[in-house]
Amino acid sequence: MNNDLLFDFNVDKAAKTVFITREFNAGQSLVWDAFTKAELLDQWGAPAPMRAKTKYMDFKVGGQRFYAMISPDGQERWAIQRYTSITPKINFKMYNSFADKDENPELPGSEWDYTFSEQNGITKVSITIFNESFERMEKLLEGFKIGFIMTLKNLEDLLTTLS
Amino acid sequence: MKQDIFQAISDPTRRAILTLIAIQALTPNAMAEKFDMTRQAVSKHIKVLHECELIKPVQSGREIYYHFNPKKMQEFDHWLAQFKQNWETQFNQLDDLLSTLKEQKK
Repeated sequence: MNNDLLFDFNVDKAAKTVFITREFNAGQSLVWDAFTKAELLDQWGAPAPMRAKTKYMDFKVGGQRFYAMISPDGQERWAIQRYTSITPKINFKMYNSFADKDENPELPGSEWDYTFSEQNGITKVSITIFNESFERMEKLLEGFKIGFIMTLKNLEDLLTTLS
Repeated sequence: MKQDIFQAISDPTRRAILTLIAIQALTPNAMAEKFDMTRQAVSKHIKVLHECELIKPVQSGREIYYHFNPKKMQEFDHWLAQFKQNWETQFNQLDDLLSTLKEQKK
């Protein structure tokens, strides 16, 4: 990993908005693909040891991605991302909501805005996440927590084996 | 409905109340005076802030003083730190993927 790459994470609690900016050492087309193609998204879109699995993805305005975050013990947390605006390689917006395995959304969801720009071969991605409620935001982590606990459990097991 | 911390702090008056009582605990009457509001309006704000545990009442003689509860704000900050950590992990994964993809293209 290149440590010179920018990573900004800011929260405006009053505006219920999270701002994330990250630079990547790759061209804008490639980075755009990594954010908008299911087969690439699934390779990085969940923090290890969780993994992402897209059931289907129709990347166009009005289309949606239906996917799950899966914990190491196989628990699935489904979500729907509905695309509301797309400007190829520059910007896309979506509405994210958790769902059950039958695609019934749990509303309200959150609004996501991704902007891409490139300078000297470095692509900057700016993400804005607007949430109507904090409890809804807390849910964003629910799935991750399972992953964290699993990691700790694995570590415990490993330490037990070693000692 | 249980009050949501985001809803609670999205109101400018409630943010001002929090800022004020973070410095010094106040009675509802003192708040009404400082913000030039009716006692009724203050009670509404207190109710919202209290329900999401951002403030806590402490009885002192015949008066009730409201104190700021930093623990609730810390919980929120703790949650955010985890959220941020998850993003870092994912972005590092994406760094690896991008460099692999770039290699393949060569």
